[in-house]
Amino acid sequence: MRRLGATIVVMAVVAFVVFSLLYLTPGDPAAILAGDAATDDDIRRIRAKLGLDEPFFVRFGGWVWALLHGDLGTSIFTNLPVTRLIGQRIEPTVALTMCTLVISIAIAVPLGVIAAAKVGTWVDRAVMAFSVLGFSVPVFVLAYVLIGTFSITLEWLPVQGYRPLRDGVWEWFRHLVLPSTALGTVYIALIARITRASMLDVLSQDYVRTAQAKGLSSRAVLLRHALKNAAVPIVTVIGIGIALLIGGAIVTETVFAIPGIGRLTVDAILRRDYPIIQGVILLFSGVYVLVNLAVDMSYMYFDPRIRY
Amino acid sequence: MAMTAAAALPKSGSPVWRRFRESLRRHPTAIVGGVVLLLMILIAIFAPWLGSIDPQAVAPIRRLKPPSAEFWFGSDMLGRDVYSRVLYGARVSLAVGIAVAVLSTLLGLAIGLVTGFVRWLDAIVMRVMDGLMSIPPVLLAIALIALTRASVENVIAAITLAEVPRVVRLVRSLVLTLREQPYVEAAVAAGTTLPRILVRHILPNTMAPLLVQATYVCASAMITEAILSFIGAGTPPNIPSWGNIMAEARSLFQIAGYLILFPGIFLSLTVLAVNLLGDGMRDALDPRLARRM
Repeated sequence: MRRLGATIVVMAVVAFVVFSLLYLTPGDPAAILAGDAATDDDIRRIRAKLGLDEPFFVRFGGWVWALLHGDLGTSIFTNLPVTRLIGQRIEPTVALTMCTLVISIAIAVPLGVIAAAKVGTWVDRAVMAFSVLGFSVPVFVLAYVLIGTFSITLEWLPVQGYRPLRDGVWEWFRHLVLPSTALGTVYIALIARITRASMLDVLSQDYVRTAQAKGLSSRAVLLRHALKNAAVPIVTVIGIGIALLIGGAIVTETVFAIPGIGRLTVDAILRRDYPIIQGVILLFSGVYVLVNLAVDMSYMYFDPRIRY
Repeated sequence: MAMTAAAALPKSGSPVWRRFRESLRRHPTAIVGGVVLLLMILIAIFAPWLGSIDPQAVAPIRRLKPPSAEFWFGSDMLGRDVYSRVLYGARVSLAVGIAVAVLSTLLGLAIGLVTGFVRWLDAIVMRVMDGLMSIPPVLLAIALIALTRASVENVIAAITLAEVPRVVRLVRSLVLTLREQPYVEAAVAAGTTLPRILVRHILPNTMAPLLVQATYVCASAMITEAILSFIGAGTPPNIPSWGNIMAEARSLFQIAGYLILFPGIFLSLTVLAVNLLGDGMRDALDPRLARRM
């Protein structure tokens, strides 16, 4: 319950920050949002729409009230409700991030476990080298390398685009393989590294030696005894890494022309459509906070000593 | 965990520095990283004298020429020399990376030191930091850039704001352990003033982990700058940066892949160099961690 309270406080801070950015930035936000070619009328219209003429707390109160009723405001450019715009674009983004999440965890955790089990060998060094590289190559550079190799040279996979799930699982998956790989690499690097470190920590503990001494197979020791005890840092970094995934998804959607929330955001930047950006930030931050709440809850399963 | 490294630092000739030098010898990758980074810094400084021409010089007649003896990295859709643009681009990436690392470390240090000692402030500041940390850094930077005009300074400010909470977290956790140390308690008991305790007793012991953290901040800031420029919310187009060279090539990558390849290689190499340097320093300063990470 206390954890839940903290979550609500964090969300309130996020809402306040996102809202007050409009006021903290120097200059007249309405004039900047309107762009260079705007007339005084445009600026006045945006001013009125954002409520910039009203006192700060009146406006903030109204905004939060609307927010609690599921209203994220309306887009300056299209005049459509932000919630509807996000709703239209959410499927590809959910598909991309979920696909990446599943693939990344399925690859990264075994990689980390193997590296820890074979610490100091070339397998270990290869995993660590991959991990440093994964941190260093930006997602869109990797994305273009993948497209160049698998789509243009080898012609195995489509270059760009997205197919909804209802068009068939195979087509859907074919269009997601490269984006998920590009997006997942930094995430895999992060999780593999922490998995390895956490496993090495646990493997030097007495109970692991006991398990080995009583003749359990090394596989059983690794998976049943060590991995479960090493899990808390691993799920923690999976939760924190969601932020990387979200930032990367925006870029990945741009490279692969996936019509998701990332594209919506990038278009909104070009049009300086702040209500959309505001809505997207709130949505993603909310997801981040909820995922990390779930992560905290999962500690109780992995380590029964932890109670909230 | 950073305590062991923090517990004993400076004074050259002390065992710490000898260990530092030994570890560097044992981590050749850190040296490679340092050399590559130095090379990039030299490239950034001497960009005008390395056989480059005006990176903004437009020449429609030689548009989209592939790499050749005349144009080492080819030319872009306006006929500008990509080699020159990539060299000048190093300035933006390195300036952003280093500026963000320095600024966010200083800011984070100041906030973290004070909140670690002043209890009533701690709760408030940490909730605000938790909130800031819940906003994915790229998105926070996007929001700030959308509200200001695109410029390198604004990019630096936006990324700094996104990175500060992580530094505050680190400094605060260091301070919370340090303040329980007997010598700090002794200083408190002797009636030393708070600013003096912070500067004399706490600050020196946060330096080693902060230095390591700063290199990671630098690496991540360079990637964030490239991402922002790539999606059109970063460095303005009239200043060549690795991110916006690639951004301009977005629709051309099927016919002119080299436009993405060269800035991409430079960016990845630089970030890799910074990361290797950071890993090496961390191992050198904290031998307990060296075996694990």
